[in-house]
Amino acid sequence: MSYENQTFEAKPLPARFKQISFGLLFLGLVLSALAFTIDSHRALANYNVIFSLLVSVVVGNLFLFAIEYLSGAVWSTVMRRVNEIFISFVPIVFVLGLLILFNSHSIFHWAHEEAVKTDKLLQWKSPYLNESFFIIRYFIYFVVWILFALVMIKNSFNQDKSKDQILTYKNSRLSGAFIPFFAITLTFFSIDFLMSTEPHWFSTIFGVYYFSGTVLAALSVLTLAVIFLHEQGYFGNILRRDHFYNFGALLFAFVNFWAYIAFSQFLLIWYANLPEETFWMIHRWEKGWEIFSFILIFGHFVIPYFSLLSQQAKSNLNRLKFMAIWILLMHYIDLYWLVMPSLYKEVVFGWIEISFIILGVGIILVLFIWRYERIKNIVPVGDPKLKRSLEFHL
Amino acid sequence: MENKPLYSVSATFNDINKVYEAIQKINEVGYKNYDVHTPYPVHGLPHAMKLKSSKLGWVTLIFGFSGAIFAFLFMYWVNVIDYPLVVGGKPFYQLPAYIPVIFEVTVLSASVFTVVWMLFILFKFPNNSHPLIDTDYIKRVSVDRFGISIQANDEIFELNKVKEFLKSLGAEEIFEIYYKVDELKDRPRIFDKKFLAFLALTSIVVSAITYFILNQLLFMSPFNWMHEQFRINPQTSTTVFKDGFGMRNPVEGTVARGYLPYPFKGKPAEAEMNLVNPLIPTQQVLKLGREKYLTFCSPCHGNFGFGDSRLKGQFPNPPTLHSDRLIKMKDGGIFHIITEGQNVMPGYASQMTVDERWAVVHYIRVLQRAVNPKESDLR
Repeated sequence: MSYENQTFEAKPLPARFKQISFGLLFLGLVLSALAFTIDSHRALANYNVIFSLLVSVVVGNLFLFAIEYLSGAVWSTVMRRVNEIFISFVPIVFVLGLLILFNSHSIFHWAHEEAVKTDKLLQWKSPYLNESFFIIRYFIYFVVWILFALVMIKNSFNQDKSKDQILTYKNSRLSGAFIPFFAITLTFFSIDFLMSTEPHWFSTIFGVYYFSGTVLAALSVLTLAVIFLHEQGYFGNILRRDHFYNFGALLFAFVNFWAYIAFSQFLLIWYANLPEETFWMIHRWEKGWEIFSFILIFGHFVIPYFSLLSQQAKSNLNRLKFMAIWILLMHYIDLYWLVMPSLYKEVVFGWIEISFIILGVGIILVLFIWRYERIKNIVPVGDPKLKRSLEFHL
Repeated sequence: MENKPLYSVSATFNDINKVYEAIQKINEVGYKNYDVHTPYPVHGLPHAMKLKSSKLGWVTLIFGFSGAIFAFLFMYWVNVIDYPLVVGGKPFYQLPAYIPVIFEVTVLSASVFTVVWMLFILFKFPNNSHPLIDTDYIKRVSVDRFGISIQANDEIFELNKVKEFLKSLGAEEIFEIYYKVDELKDRPRIFDKKFLAFLALTSIVVSAITYFILNQLLFMSPFNWMHEQFRINPQTSTTVFKDGFGMRNPVEGTVARGYLPYPFKGKPAEAEMNLVNPLIPTQQVLKLGREKYLTFCSPCHGNFGFGDSRLKGQFPNPPTLHSDRLIKMKDGGIFHIITEGQNVMPGYASQMTVDERWAVVHYIRVLQRAVNPKESDLR
């Protein structure tokens, strides 16, 4: 076919895109620094939300990467390099999280010794929820993620030159080993950084809840990046309707999965009606927080569900772009809804929140540019699945 | 075979990519009436064949919605209107508990009715004849080959040209498919006598076999609307307890709800000293007291408490309620008399609840005050 003699070298990104990205990062940095000086407690809570969002995007992409190897999927092999760009942020995200680690007193109630002394429940939970173990866990999560991410990406990049098929086999094995680690680390990460902002609460499904949002965030960022590169002509003519259809289908599937898990959590708490669980839900249904709960029900499930329901919508690029941005925003609101009501009685949403959104977008864009300029080929040219991926039909 | 009309020329392919290329060429040449057969669903084909998108999705959507609405209304009717039952202290109308059922019924009705619609409306079941059925071609493409068949009713169809064309696309085998005789006079057969007889026979046989296995072999009685249950009915014997009685006495000292034992049995003086009317004489309470008075008290004491009912003279005369003794008696004393009885008067504890008795006491006070009003009432 026509593209067999084509080169897949990565062309440089447009200067305007770079200007906007750096501008956003700069604006975000200035505004969030201002926020830290004015209201450091609220700024740190927002920072926690954005940090969790970054982990969602990065680790979620690592999960998608592993799933591609495990299932032997061919449709995604052409865009795997974009996937790898996002995965390679992991060490940076690790550094970004240290700020929360050093200020854990500010947002985590259980980190106050005086509070724990008078609180039986927190005493009972203190073997897990204490600062030294919290730091140890943080390092464990990121050691696992960084190790797997770097080794698997390195294999994938080496394959470009060596065209060695054994590397695909190695990555499949590593992916298989990664999935259980991923499940455990992501679950406990969500418990540490999101759930423990309200340390008196109990929920055993919380890890899965965060996971469902994680995959959505990773998918929508990946969809956006691939469609952006495709529309700017970076992929040439190699991506077709059949490739994009899968993004729509996966987004649709995980929107449903999120709703399923979110409702499962709600239904059990509602049915059992135990005061130590219901207070969390009740708090999110009063004093202005119910607006965000409604936004989640309709924005995170109903609207994306009907927008992506039909077969045409799943491969309509404009629809996909819009829904990817929409779902990413909804994932932000989801995380915001998890963290902020635990720390504030009444609803808080203002310029501080917006400045941290700008910061998060800026970080993702600038890291994307930084990593993009270090890749040689925009397609994993050495992958044995590449030919099948290029000829992929639904 | 020659005298039967040609239905199509069909060819098998061994690679789905060849099929996609072939479809592109067929579109270029301009054949309109052609179809592709694959052993497994290939979702890109309708788009490649430039077919209009299937309307079946709308059928699924509509039946899914109907299922959701039906499930919601049905549960609402059961739980709120027909048989309200408190479950787990929740209100009768409880949307979160309905949602799993709504979800299940939505999925069920969407999928089942999609299949039913496909079979009966789109495939015109029980018509099952199609020229392709039972040909070698269809046997091949339901196992391990892909197939394209170009139909003879196409405008630009020419037998030899089509054969050569398919060969040039890389076809493995090429088949000529002819109509079988009766397929030409095809008509809807849903009301065919044979089909209806078959349906009737099937239902009878299935019911008979079910009845035979469940009720005769497994000794399960036919559906009995839950008349037979594994429980001990009142006034029957049982082997569970040593004494053989199915009914049990309550544990000693058990007090039924709302039936606290009366602490002043046979102690009228103490009752008068200690009991205080807990009710406030509101209009509602007085209305209740009047109703109960007229039901239980007036047959002897008379409608206005003068002891002048039609029993007068036939029985020890019932006393008037307007005597000095009764006017001065405290509420507790009257309550005690109503509860326990006095002389020939029986106790009314089993006819009236505690509150009703207190309401009657209030009503008697009203009667007394009407007969012997205070100064202030007359002003």
